[in-house]
Amino acid sequence: MSNIFNASIGRKLLMSITGLFLILFLLVHLTINLFLLFGSDAYNQAAHFMATNPMIKIIEPTLAIGFLVHIIYATILTLQNQKARPEKYTARSAGNSSTWSSRNMYFLGFTVLIFLVIHLLDFYVKIKILHDESIKDVVVNGETMHDTYTLVQAKFEIWWFDLIYILGAIFLSLHLSHGFWSAFQTIGINNSHWMKRLKTIAIIYSLIIGVGFSIIPLYFLVF
Amino acid sequence: MDLTLKVWRQKDASSKGKFETYSISDVSKDSSFLEMLDVLNEQLIRENIEPIAFDHDCREGICGSCGLFINGRAHGPDYETTTCQLHMRKFKHGDTIVIEPWRAKAFPVIKDLMVDRSAFDKILQSGGFVSVNTGGVPDANAIPIPKEAADEAMDAATCIGCGACVATCKNASAMLFVSAKVSQLALLPQGKLEAQRRAKSMVAKMDELGFGNCSNTGACEVECPKGISIAHIARFNREFLKAKIND
Ligand code: HEM
Ligand code: FES
Repeated sequence: MSNIFNASIGRKLLMSITGLFLILFLLVHLTINLFLLFGSDAYNQAAHFMATNPMIKIIEPTLAIGFLVHIIYATILTLQNQKARPEKYTARSAGNSSTWSSRNMYFLGFTVLIFLVIHLLDFYVKIKILHDESIKDVVVNGETMHDTYTLVQAKFEIWWFDLIYILGAIFLSLHLSHGFWSAFQTIGINNSHWMKRLKTIAIIYSLIIGVGFSIIPLYFLVF
Repeated sequence: MDLTLKVWRQKDASSKGKFETYSISDVSKDSSFLEMLDVLNEQLIRENIEPIAFDHDCREGICGSCGLFINGRAHGPDYETTTCQLHMRKFKHGDTIVIEPWRAKAFPVIKDLMVDRSAFDKILQSGGFVSVNTGGVPDANAIPIPKEAADEAMDAATCIGCGACVATCKNASAMLFVSAKVSQLALLPQGKLEAQRRAKSMVAKMDELGFGNCSNTGACEVECPKGISIAHIARFNREFLKAKIND
């Protein structure tokens, strides 16, 4: 294993493993969020389950490390890639041979990062660190818990807030439309038969994430 | 047809280059791109201008010497075609054509449109060979090789080392070239024995020479004149990671 992470392919392995871990996390996160469409009791219970689950003590720091490693190596690789072509082409027609998303993964990742900061400040910091007074307790089925539903609802009634969330979902979805199958290619789990299948699954997955996360702000905007 | 050409001129590796604009008339649509440049060079010589330097050898699409970045694409607007096999019928009367050399840190310009591709040779020297003595030619079918493996190895072996993959990659990565060499050898019995050592030393070499990392955009396989698939890159990644885990 010596020096594996000094090699180009070793560094990409870190990107792909952390990326796949984040992909899994997004599915869990989306599932919980979709409870918002089923009313306050359903969502509060789901959120309460996530917050009090003993597993969360392990998952939370792992997630933070996963993001950090992904972002650090994204930056290292992107800087190296720019250095590999010091003199740029004058004429460049790249659209015929690759997708826009695949060429702009750092830009897309960066927009996701900005969104992530806004998102954490609005919910995670407010609920878990500041213990904001506006968050009331509710009793569901005899159990006392935070009324996070009301917090989310209040936020999502602001149209520009919804816009930020929908844009975040779109950029994330584009990042994953390439990232999903690219991660398998990097690990070496791909061949000429699976190439098409993985690219199709990537589109389906990124659509689920993009549409799934957009439905929620749209729901609060319309109803 | 009449054309305007914007050509990259650079005296030598250490000079700064710039574009020069030339007009050329009565180009036959049946001529190849390099023949068109030959005609232009004749014209330049008559005008006492130094002719444009560009690489070429076989002019039949098999040696990999030629390679120009034409209107923003490696080997120009056609698919699975080398610059020498590109025909002027792909252009229209009145077109302006921008011609640049391959641009990559690992491929420095020697002069005008010629680049130094010896970085590819250095990668091959680091592991792209079979060092065990394989003896004389064995009887046909004495060593069973599955047809799929033989076919894939042959597909990988069609690489002519032109460097279009590096030229077109947004990261100037050499992954398609190296993966083709790794696949070609790793799929066959003689090459299999050293597959892991080979993958490791070739990765170390390509990194050292300043090629970029692979972002899996897939542009290389689209612009490769031999249509070599990025499925070979997946195999290469697999071979390398296996080798490293066994270390
Ligand atoms: C939930 C968030 C994210 C997920 C699920 C995710 C997922 C992925 C996946 C699966 C890949 C493919 C890895 C590979 O090619 O092997 C990838 C690539 C990439 N990600 Fe992310 N990512 C996320 C956030 C970010 C952030 C915040 C950044 C950076 C600012 C970022 C930057 C990149 C870059 C630059 C690449 C391409 C690397 C290359 O060119 O090889 N990503 N991402
Ligand atoms: S000159 Fe040999 S491939 Fe073009």
